[in-house]
Amino acid sequence: MKNRRIKNVKDELKSSKSALFSLVFLALVVLISIFAFLIPINPDAIDTSSMLQLPSAVHLFGTDELGRDYLARTIYGGRVSLIVGVLAMIISTAIGVGVGTISGYCGGKIDNLLMRFVDIISSIPWMILVTVVSIFLKPGLQAIIIVIGLFSWMEIARLVRAETLSIKEREYVLYAVSIGQASWKIILKHIILSVFPTIIIAATAGIADAIMTESSLSFLGIGIQQPMSSWGNLLKNAQTNLQSAPYMAILPGVLIILTIYSFNKLGNVLRVFVEPKIVGGGR
Amino acid sequence: MAKYIFKRIFQAIPLLLIISIICFSLIKLAPYNAVDAMTTPNMPEQTVNLIKVKYGFDKPAYVQYFLWLKGILSGQFGYSIVTHESITNDLGARIPATIMLVLPAYILAIVIAIILGLIAGANKDKKIDKIIDGFCSIGIAIPSFWFAMIMIFLFGYKLSLLPILGMHTIGMEKSFFDFLKHYIMPCFVLTMAFLPGLIRYIRSSTISQISEGYVTVQNAFGGSKKEILFKHVYKNVLLPVITKIGMALPMLVTGAMITETVFGWPGVGPYFVKAVQGLDYPVIMAILIVSSSLVIIGNLLSDILYCLIDPRIKEMR
Repeated sequence: MKNRRIKNVKDELKSSKSALFSLVFLALVVLISIFAFLIPINPDAIDTSSMLQLPSAVHLFGTDELGRDYLARTIYGGRVSLIVGVLAMIISTAIGVGVGTISGYCGGKIDNLLMRFVDIISSIPWMILVTVVSIFLKPGLQAIIIVIGLFSWMEIARLVRAETLSIKEREYVLYAVSIGQASWKIILKHIILSVFPTIIIAATAGIADAIMTESSLSFLGIGIQQPMSSWGNLLKNAQTNLQSAPYMAILPGVLIILTIYSFNKLGNVLRVFVEPKIVGGGR
Repeated sequence: MAKYIFKRIFQAIPLLLIISIICFSLIKLAPYNAVDAMTTPNMPEQTVNLIKVKYGFDKPAYVQYFLWLKGILSGQFGYSIVTHESITNDLGARIPATIMLVLPAYILAIVIAIILGLIAGANKDKKIDKIIDGFCSIGIAIPSFWFAMIMIFLFGYKLSLLPILGMHTIGMEKSFFDFLKHYIMPCFVLTMAFLPGLIRYIRSSTISQISEGYVTVQNAFGGSKKEILFKHVYKNVLLPVITKIGMALPMLVTGAMITETVFGWPGVGPYFVKAVQGLDYPVIMAILIVSSSLVIIGNLLSDILYCLIDPRIKEMR
């Protein structure tokens, strides 16, 4: 079983170069973000004698309008974007799985109540919802993680609920019920374990969505605040200097695109791993 | 069927009420309110009380809620606490600008998506499908504001072909050609932003339609691929697209927030972003309630439309 899964993933990576590229790219981005502290340049060091310089040997990607090294800022920015993506995903997946399994397993009134609640939250456009709540919190890294995490779990909850509904009719769950297992044990041991493939795939896509949301919010000026950098607020900065320093827009933009693309591709690869039935990159 | 439609409308009303209660509570919870905006710290208490009475802030919260709800139902959203302008007038001026941008862009995106999606779905796993699908994967990953910036840099700064901000050049408000020049870039950016998701949706529903029995039968009778695709499959693919269109209703207000902000288009987007930055709660809540009502109404409309068009659903109810 295990071997077949690994073989499937190997086949998928062999047949699809973009999947292989995505994995390598993500590994690289994550490693660089973790070891960012090894860079000898301070990303917040202001140097007014070298403002808006073109890429050169000293500053590989040039400098911004305050003379800060752009490469260092981009690397630290990537770190922030990834942290937001991963932590927000963990929050939203946890809430989504909790609501989804409880709703699907309990059924009846609880299900109805929870799903109406999901309906209400999903009927407010996400951008409005997120911005409204973010004004009640002090803008910054924590606020944006909490806000994105709290308001992007609805899709996962719906998916998990739908699967729970079918899983709870399976024999092994019915047996567990009949021998008097506690509900919470059944949910933890059987249901969540069976929904796991769906959760993993949704969570990977969730990271991509969270990174996109963070960059949009930061771009609008309601996300990560200066002097901390993230890819989104680097682009906001780049917009003001677009005419004089277009290179500032290229690097963070390309990195956002590649990262989101890679996380989505990773979701596809994981799907091959966790659902051996659909071999050959079934879409 | 009338019964079904009635039931759906009946279900939508409590949703709308709950959303209005949430909005109102958020305004009440806000650390800064309309009274603080109208008064100054050194005003005598009597004046402050008079202002409170005038705007109904002396009454208990639930009475205030009903007054607020009554205002909204008669089209009065109250006043901005930053500019003191009527929100209804402001929105009335901005929503048409947004619709003018979003509606053509969305229609264009849907038309292109139907064509490309059908082609990709019919040629699954062939080269053309891989190209279209690859375009979608990359398109979904591109933030629309980044794409907008690249466009501005290329066509605005490098080639100096198109203006980069606003809707009109000052003094040329009547010139249609001038408007068109301002219109091209935001409209194109927005179309490209809508496109990948729509193509994916149509592609996957084409793929599932092609595996249906009626296509096999047509194949067995020797129908050509083109004939099957454009005579039979496309009708069934378009059916769910109608639901998509209904759900797109709220986009007429909130669909172009980012694009509008980048291009300085005088629509709802910059208005909202400015309100958020200035903590202008009444404005934010007005937009919140308008857009979420549109979501509910849009869902309602698409359900009703679907039920009118698809005879299978009609029988089920």
